[in-house]
Amino acid sequence: MSDHLPYRGHDEAETTGIGLAPSAMATAEAVGIGIGDTIPEGPPDAEHKRKLGIAAWIAITWLVVMLLLAILAPVLPIPDPTETFPEIARQGPSSGHLLGGDALGRDLLSRIIWGGRASFAVGFGAVAVGLAVGGLLGLITGFFRGRVDAIVTPLMSLLLAIPQFVLALSLVTVLASADDVSSARRIGVVIVGLGVVSIPILGRITRANTLAWSEREFVTAAKAMGAKNFRIMFRDVLPNVVPAMLSIALLGVGVAIIAEGGLSVFGVGVQLPTPSWGNIIAEARGQLRQAPHIVLFTSVVLFFTVLSLNFLGDVISQRFEVREGQL
Amino acid sequence: MSLADTAASPVPVPGTGPILEVTDLSTSFASPRGRVGAVNGVSLSLERGRTLGIVGESGSGKSVLSRSIMGLLPASTAERTGSIVFEGKELSDWGDKEYRELWGTEMAMIFQDPMTALNPVMKIGKQITESLRFHLDMDRSTAKDTAVELLRSVRIPEPEKRFSSYPHEMSGGMRQRVVIAVALACGPKLLFADEPTTALDVTVQAQVLDLLEEQQRERFMAMILVTHDLGVVAGRAQEIVVMYAGRIVEKAPTRTLFADMKMPYTEALLSAIPKLADPPHTRLAAIGGRPPDLVNPPEGCPFAPRCPYVRERCLTELPALTPVDGDDTHLFACHYPVDSPETIEIKDRLTAQGLLISSPPPGSASDGAQDGR
Repeated sequence: MSDHLPYRGHDEAETTGIGLAPSAMATAEAVGIGIGDTIPEGPPDAEHKRKLGIAAWIAITWLVVMLLLAILAPVLPIPDPTETFPEIARQGPSSGHLLGGDALGRDLLSRIIWGGRASFAVGFGAVAVGLAVGGLLGLITGFFRGRVDAIVTPLMSLLLAIPQFVLALSLVTVLASADDVSSARRIGVVIVGLGVVSIPILGRITRANTLAWSEREFVTAAKAMGAKNFRIMFRDVLPNVVPAMLSIALLGVGVAIIAEGGLSVFGVGVQLPTPSWGNIIAEARGQLRQAPHIVLFTSVVLFFTVLSLNFLGDVISQRFEVREGQL
Repeated sequence: MSLADTAASPVPVPGTGPILEVTDLSTSFASPRGRVGAVNGVSLSLERGRTLGIVGESGSGKSVLSRSIMGLLPASTAERTGSIVFEGKELSDWGDKEYRELWGTEMAMIFQDPMTALNPVMKIGKQITESLRFHLDMDRSTAKDTAVELLRSVRIPEPEKRFSSYPHEMSGGMRQRVVIAVALACGPKLLFADEPTTALDVTVQAQVLDLLEEQQRERFMAMILVTHDLGVVAGRAQEIVVMYAGRIVEKAPTRTLFADMKMPYTEALLSAIPKLADPPHTRLAAIGGRPPDLVNPPEGCPFAPRCPYVRERCLTELPALTPVDGDDTHLFACHYPVDSPETIEIKDRLTAQGLLISSPPPGSASDGAQDGR
């Protein structure tokens, strides 16, 4: 009998390992449950799902406030972002102007709120372009593989090999070569430029996830029930891939907002006098010594916004991983 | 040979004769080490409303066989040869496009693992109504009523409520019932059940199998029941095919097989089932070794390396599938079947040395087969 014991132990270790997805095991460990124990099911899980944690709520609140401010900017009781008040030029916060003024005496609070419009437009716009094109390509290449994959995926890798910022810079420069472009069109150009850069990144992530989900038996099952390929791709595979796409897309929004700032430093971002967080910082970078508050306040807003976006991205991916582990 | 006999009976009129005729079907996959011959020259036929059991251990090609017939192999790596006639239609050169006419409405499959066979982010009801609406052109409310009825017929409690549940809210047995309901939705004529109970525990197993049997009888559906457990098919299939290394090694009506098995592999599979009558702590009988490498199959009988009764001839000469004298429904592929004098001699010797742990005398297990139908 004794010579059987090591075998039994081995078997048990193996079966528990196979039954659980890695993420579920990680969760189990994190919660302090031994691998051999069963993970509690039912009511506790339903409660757990509702709870998001304080940090996540702070992030959500911050983003909602920022978005509302950006959307409602025209109706808010703030001065016009281009109106100058000579007395507050380079001055810190004062009673009428909560965040002080910039180098030309424009109200900084107003410029930051209006700048949020351009920055969010660029961030969400660029990721939307990337998701629409890259996500679709990733879904198609991952689902069908074969010839489409053999052509599209190397092209994406090629695009990835070009330094991202150089690519965005050249795209924006080429697309908006004339000086007379309106500021709205300028924002459009920046969206397209940064969007193109994000295509291969979002495409690859989508493809990798699609590959994994397409192997699942329910995809074969859907096929065996006579569903057409595109139907399976959009109805069965896509909803499972969306969480991963969404979490990376939220990170992407943050990156795009920062990248727009980088483009502004080179003078090809959103064009002054239309404010964006990027060009407020870029414009004031010469004034760091005389008026540090301009860069400071804008950067803090930018920082918390990007941080919230990243954090929410993590929250999304974690929540869906747990759900997958429960299967 | 008998293979030729089964091949030479084409069925011109749909609705008569066997629903499925497979002749000399072979399936191989491209792999980095060479072609893997997963199914080799399999022939079988199935009548309407009957059940065929396919039995074999993991890697014997039984799942690939059912997926080959159903056209669910990955097109890029798999190669299929031989003839498949379903309701008088020759399917061997059909692709996905033609097969789509059959999938769901004519043939359907129940998958092994109910944990992965359902879409985790789609409600149960939706997964059933999708095909109803698509194939049978039902409107939303008719489809819903039909789906609830289906859920009720597979014995899911509170079907109206379950209609809007997600798979992860249900237990394994319940999910497998849903998988069955999905497969049955459009009234297929041929149902493949690919190890339908392997992922379930034993008490639920019996329920699910009984349910399948009942549904099959009600719908007069033909069924191919794939399993590694002879016990599962014993009372449920009219005919059993035993597969090993991609080949049929024994094929017989269920009663005949259990009463008079010829192939040592079948015998080994049967003695691997623990018996209630065994005293506690009886060692489980296992078949030593592993199935052969299908990229370079060994010369001779593929089971020879694991066979307790192996002789020299087994290692050099591949036994053909031949009928038993006087009974051409019972075929086997073995040079020295379990009731041959050579094998009995070895058996006696092994038993005398106490090496043969359990050797059921032929016929002792047939009671299991008798109480089926």
